[in-house]
Amino acid sequence: MTAQTKIQGATPRQWHTIKLIENPYLRYGFLALVVVYFFWSLGTLDIDWHRVDSGMTRAGNMFSRMVPPDFGRWELLVKGLVESVQMALAASFFGMIVAVPLGLCAAVNLVPKPVYLVARTIIVLSRTFHEVIIAIFFVKIFGFGPLAGVLTLIVASASFISKMLAEDIENLPPGQLEAVRATGASFPKLLIYCISPQALPRYLGVSIYRLDANIRHSTVVGIVGAGGIGQVLAASFSRYDYDFSLAILIAIVTIVFVGEFFSTWVRGRLR
Amino acid sequence: MAEHARKYPELWQRFTPRQTLVRYSWYMGVIFVAVWSVRNLDIPWFYFLDAHIQAADLAVRMWPPDMDFLGQLYDPLIETIHIATLGTAVTIVLAFPVAFLAARNTTFNSVTWFIGRLILVTSRSVNTVVWGLLFVAIFGPGPMAGIWAIAFRSIGFMGKLTAEAIEEIDQGPVEAIEATGASRLQVLWFGILPQVLPVIYGTTVYRWDINIRESTVLGFVGAGGIGIQLYASINLFSWQEVSLMLIAVFCVVVVSEFVSAIVRQRIT
Amino acid sequence: MLTVENLTKVYPTGAKALSDVSFLVDEPKVIAIIGPSGAGKSTLIRCVNRLVEPTSGKVLLGDTDVISLNRRGLRKARRRMGMIFQEYNLVERLTVMENVLSGRLGFVGFWRAYRRKFPSDDVAAAFRLLDRVGLEGYHNTRADALSGGERQRVGIARALMQAPDLLLVDEPTASLDPKTSRQIMRLLVELAHEAGTPALVNIHDVALAQTFSDRIIGLAAGEIVFDGSSDQLTADVLTRIYGEEDWSTTIRTDDDNDNGMTEGSDEGKQKGRPEKDQGSIPEASAG
Repeated sequence: MTAQTKIQGATPRQWHTIKLIENPYLRYGFLALVVVYFFWSLGTLDIDWHRVDSGMTRAGNMFSRMVPPDFGRWELLVKGLVESVQMALAASFFGMIVAVPLGLCAAVNLVPKPVYLVARTIIVLSRTFHEVIIAIFFVKIFGFGPLAGVLTLIVASASFISKMLAEDIENLPPGQLEAVRATGASFPKLLIYCISPQALPRYLGVSIYRLDANIRHSTVVGIVGAGGIGQVLAASFSRYDYDFSLAILIAIVTIVFVGEFFSTWVRGRLR
Repeated sequence: MAEHARKYPELWQRFTPRQTLVRYSWYMGVIFVAVWSVRNLDIPWFYFLDAHIQAADLAVRMWPPDMDFLGQLYDPLIETIHIATLGTAVTIVLAFPVAFLAARNTTFNSVTWFIGRLILVTSRSVNTVVWGLLFVAIFGPGPMAGIWAIAFRSIGFMGKLTAEAIEEIDQGPVEAIEATGASRLQVLWFGILPQVLPVIYGTTVYRWDINIRESTVLGFVGAGGIGIQLYASINLFSWQEVSLMLIAVFCVVVVSEFVSAIVRQRIT
Repeated sequence: MLTVENLTKVYPTGAKALSDVSFLVDEPKVIAIIGPSGAGKSTLIRCVNRLVEPTSGKVLLGDTDVISLNRRGLRKARRRMGMIFQEYNLVERLTVMENVLSGRLGFVGFWRAYRRKFPSDDVAAAFRLLDRVGLEGYHNTRADALSGGERQRVGIARALMQAPDLLLVDEPTASLDPKTSRQIMRLLVELAHEAGTPALVNIHDVALAQTFSDRIIGLAAGEIVFDGSSDQLTADVLTRIYGEEDWSTTIRTDDDNDNGMTEGSDEGKQKGRPEKDQGSIPEASAG
């Protein structure tokens, strides 16, 4: 045997890239599963293909009726927008306030176990259900109008902010709490002297992020009658006022963009 | 011992008067904005008077959940999951090119960058349900509208995160591959894609779990899923059916959140 | 001043951290508690001010039975015990001054604490202590900008702000380098003697314990196996506390006897001066 063949024999002839799933059977099995899933799901879905087929022409039709957007009824538009923003502001404010006790009760290192479990259950329950589902219940209880929308957004904001707050408090170094307790400080003093300085900046950041999220969400709760620009939008759609709908959509995009810009700016300054 | 005779200041303030003033004016400003918002909303406060009675009444009527309805729930629930999954699948295809347009280091010029960003912002500003409204007008009521609504809303979410990941990649490997004389597409495939793939996997699974939650309400505007039944039952005041559906939705959402958390943990 | 009788702590896991620990502190001396990891040193210190609830036994601070106190009474008792920690445990986003003044939290009302308006006596005392621990001019620095040694100085000042009847010190030097460790221990011992306050000091470094303490309590597996003056610490005693090992290089002989009280060696000469020897302060901004 010559050296040449020896080297050839020792050099591997094959190589492969690193895959997410190393085992080839598993990998191709997974791919096959995905393909099967698509056929199965598309088969079970109750899709009216004729309607879909005509969809493109309908879309073209709709867009031609949307353009140009009709800002003629700008008073209605501005009224809806202002209402949405006011709903978002009010909901963020009260959500922030409700989130403090809820967040404190949901921090396992501060409260007894039963209190913790109750608070966590409230947070999980209100986070699982979509805002629209919550909104529809508030509409049933409080009637149509912005009140139902504000309450919905308060629930959503409070659960979001309190979850973040609780996580922040749980991540506090235990020694700091221990040290302040060891000075003989009561719980309220522990709160203002240790928890608040450590958790406040992020709490404010999350709250301001939530304000921007609330502006986005306030456009949708109106669809089930809970006030704001969403209600105007749903009405325009049901009346086939597509040019007005486009105007509303443009207005929503603008206000969300402004809100996001504002939120990023404030959070940047908080640091 | 001279040191001990020294006189130490007896006054110490954490904040200067100016800082205190600024802080309290912020408090006042926030309260003012809140009061202004609430006052302008024309909230009928007397509704609160009997709200607890209404809520208690509703709770009584919702109990017990109507278990016979369970059989009719199976198909809509599966449909809800399908809408979320297929919508997410469509998103992957659509979001990827937009992300490349919206990332500063892979876009062609400032015009394409602006277009990419505009698509992302538009997609994110319009809520899934509003997209649903739009697609129901196009495709008619049904899951097709729901899938597209989910996809169009998710583009903004996934596109934004992917674009951010692209902007943060290590430029070294990209330069190395450019130096071999590779084409733009090859650079993309061998230099950039491997670096952002984990982010794409992660955000896809994360968005899927959000989409499950979103697709539960798409039926309110006719875009398929369990929302159709839920809305119908609410309008018919069949509260026992409603409570059963809420329990079902709760279970599906919690399970999907759990699955998503596990998958994300295993990927990274 | 402090009486500990039959103190026992069993954790919910079933681990017995302390069994029947009894000792008496009747004069203002520095008492080092030594023992291997897991011997119950930390648990012992924390049972005294009930950061850890003891399973049974008695803790008397003066005439107060600490174990039977309700929450309100416990807070009052805790004011009388200053505590110093291994990880310093400063509230990181607060300034040095706020951290030092937090030692007075038990004595001032809620609104005063909220507005950071402490009585002028407290403020003067805080400035004096900061000067004494070698941190003059640092009062408006944020705690997370300090180095380890500096943080521990703030920790000491915070504990002394309480004007305590007893100092509880949990591994004050375990996170510090050897030089800073000695400086911190010396400062601690000096301040305890100046204030006439007894101090219970957990420490795992036998040499440091011998150098700076008047009395040593040896803990092994939750029981006291040695209680005597630091000169009585022999290889035999160390074997009882820690187990079999060659202890000849650990035990301090009479040549380098610098008890922190007597002058003589290099260490002893430095002792009289406050800790402004610039050796530790330039380590700022390490954290």
